[in-house]
Amino acid sequence: MAANKTYIQSFCTIQNNEIILNGESVFKIDSTVFSDFSKKAYQNFEINYPKFFKMDNLSKLAFLGAELLLKSNSDSSEENNTALVFANASSSLDTDVKYQNSISDSDNYYPSPAVFVYTLPNICMGEISIRHQLKSENSFFIFADFNPIFMENYTNLLLETKKADNVLCGWVEYYNEEYKGFLYLVSKEGDFVHNEERLKKLYTK
Amino acid sequence: MEALKQELKGKIIEVLNLEDIKVEEVNDNDALFGDGLGLDSIDALELIVMLDKDYGIKLVDPKEGKTIFQSIETMAGYINANRTK
Amino acid sequence: MLQEVYITETNCITPIGFDVATNVKNIGNAVSGIQLHHNTLLMKTPFYASIINNDELDLAFAKVTPASNYSRLEKMMILALDPIIKKAKVVLNERTAFILSTTKGNITALEKPSENNIKQAYLHQLAKTIADFFEFKTEPIVVSNACVSGVMAVSVAKRLIQSGAYDNAFVVAGDEVSEFVLSGFNSFQAMSDLPCKPYSKNRTGVTLGEATAAVLVSSSIENAKIKIIGDGSINDANHISGPSRTGEGLFRSIESALVEAKINANQIDYISAHGTATPFNDEMEAIALNRLGLENVPVNSLKGFYGHTLGASGLLETVIGIQSVLENKLFVSLGFDELGVSQSINVIEKNTAKNIHYFLKTASGFGGCNSAVLFEKIK
Repeated sequence: MAANKTYIQSFCTIQNNEIILNGESVFKIDSTVFSDFSKKAYQNFEINYPKFFKMDNLSKLAFLGAELLLKSNSDSSEENNTALVFANASSSLDTDVKYQNSISDSDNYYPSPAVFVYTLPNICMGEISIRHQLKSENSFFIFADFNPIFMENYTNLLLETKKADNVLCGWVEYYNEEYKGFLYLVSKEGDFVHNEERLKKLYTK
Repeated sequence: MEALKQELKGKIIEVLNLEDIKVEEVNDNDALFGDGLGLDSIDALELIVMLDKDYGIKLVDPKEGKTIFQSIETMAGYINANRTK
Repeated sequence: MLQEVYITETNCITPIGFDVATNVKNIGNAVSGIQLHHNTLLMKTPFYASIINNDELDLAFAKVTPASNYSRLEKMMILALDPIIKKAKVVLNERTAFILSTTKGNITALEKPSENNIKQAYLHQLAKTIADFFEFKTEPIVVSNACVSGVMAVSVAKRLIQSGAYDNAFVVAGDEVSEFVLSGFNSFQAMSDLPCKPYSKNRTGVTLGEATAAVLVSSSIENAKIKIIGDGSINDANHISGPSRTGEGLFRSIESALVEAKINANQIDYISAHGTATPFNDEMEAIALNRLGLENVPVNSLKGFYGHTLGASGLLETVIGIQSVLENKLFVSLGFDELGVSQSINVIEKNTAKNIHYFLKTASGFGGCNSAVLFEKIK
C-alpha cells in the first residue's frame, strides 16, 4: 500500500520523577511517590483542572503527557480530529488491586464506584478526550512491551484512511509506583519521520 | 449538629478528592451538585457508600440521594435523623 | 484501493450453547441464559446472571485436551477458537494475527493474592497462554477498551489486514462473571433486580453474563460469511461513566462507518445495538439512532439472552448478527416490553423473516467509548 510519510511532531517521556519534552527536561524533582510527583507537576505547569485529583495514577500519567503535547497544538475555535492510540502492559492492574482490596474484607465491605470506574485502562483516554474535547477515534491495547511496529502500522492506517488528522500515541505503563509514560503526536508534518526505528530510539532515551 | 456539618465538609473533601477546596470555603447551604461544588454522578454514588460506611445508613432508593445531598445542611439533617453509627 | 475484508468463521461458547447452531436454536425458542443464582462467593444476595455451567465446560474442554492447568476463562476461550482454527486451515504463520478482546481477563486471580497470581492477571499473559496453546507465531494483540472491545477487535482486525500487515486474523473475545465485576456494577446501582429489559419503560439496569466468541477475519473471500465494509470508534468526550446525552460519539462512529462503506443510513436493514438496559445507555442509543434517521430500522439487543458479557459482548452479538444475515431472520429483543425511551426506535418484538443486506453492530462503554461496524451480505 503506497503511503505518504507521517511525522512525529512532538514527544514526551515521564519517568523517574522527571518530565522530558522534545528531548529537554522540563520538570524534575527529587525521588518521591507518584501521587506527590504528579501533584507537583500539575502545579508546576499551572494546570487548572480539579478533576485531576479524582483520577487514578494511570489516568494522571496519561493526562500529564497529553496536557504537554496537546496544549500547544489545540486551536479552540476549530474541532480537532486527533485520535488516541494508547497501550501498556499492566492494563489498569494498579487500580484493580486497590479495588480488589476494597472488597476482600467481608467485615469492611464497601465497594467504591469512584475506584471501580478506573478499573478499565481506556478510562485514561476518556479523561484526555474530555479535557481536550476530542470526539475522535480511541483505542487501548495491551502488549508485554512497547510495540513500535504495531503502533506505527495502526497509526498510519488511521491517518491514511482519514479516520484522523493527527494521532496522539501513548505507552502509559503504571503499576505499583513503577511507571513510564512515552507519548508522541503523529501528524502529516514534523521533525522526525514516523517509523519503527525512530520510535525505538525516542522510547529508550 | 455543627460538629457533624464540619465533619461532613472534611469528609466530602477527602472522600471525593476535592483537592482545591478547604473546609472553611464550604458553606452549609451551598449547592453540592451542579453549579455549587460541581459534584457529579459518581460523587453521588460515593456519598451513598459514605452514608453506609460512616453512619450506618443504607439508602433503599438511590433517587432519594437527590434531596439528601442538596447541601451540607440537608445531609447533616438526614444523617442526624437516621444514623445508626 | 484498500483490501476487502471478510469474516469467514464464527463460533461462540455461552450458557445457551457451545456452538453457533445451538445458540441460534435456543434464541429462536426464546431460551435465555439468564437465571437466578445463589452463589455467595460471587454475591451475598441472590442475583440474576447468565453463567456457564462448570461441569459442561470441563467436559467439553476435556474433549479438546487432557491438559488441566488452564483458568476457567482460558478454557472458554480455547473452546471458542479450537473448532474454527481446525476448520479454517489457515497456517498460523507471521501473516496470521491473533487478537484477544477482554475487559478484565483473569481478574479472579487477584482473589488469592500472590506474585504468581498477579502475573496471571496480566492480559498479555492471558493472550500468551492462548496463543501458545495454538502455536500462533505473531505477537498477540490485546484490545481492552471497556465494553466496546469485542466490536473494536473486529475493526482492528480489518484495519490491520487493510494495512497490509496480515492476511488473516483470529479474534477471540471473553469475560467472566466475577465478584469483582458484580460488586462494581452494584456499587454503580447499575444492576437490575430482575432479568434486564432493554429499551423498556421499567428497565432498571444490567444483568451480567459471561461468554466467549471467536471469528476468523480474512482477506480471502473463500467461504466468507459476510463482508466488513466500514467502522468507527469515536469517543463522546463527555463523561467517564455516563454516555453523552446527545449520543455524539455513537452518532459519529456510525457516520464514520457509513461514509467509509459509501452507503446511506436508510440502506441499513438491521441493527444489533448495545442495549444494556440501563436508563442512560438505552436512551442515548435511541437519540443517536434518531439523529441518523435510523428510528425505523429493526433493532434488537441480545442482552436479554446473554446478559451483558462485557469484553465478549461485541463479538458474541456480531456472531449472532451474522446468523441473522445468513438465515434472513430477525431475532426478538428478549426482555423488551413497553418502549421506554424518549425517541421512538423499532425494537424487534418477535422473530421475523427479513432479507438483510446491510447489518450494523454497535457498542458503547465506560470511558465514553463507542464502536460501530457495518457488514454487507455476500451475494
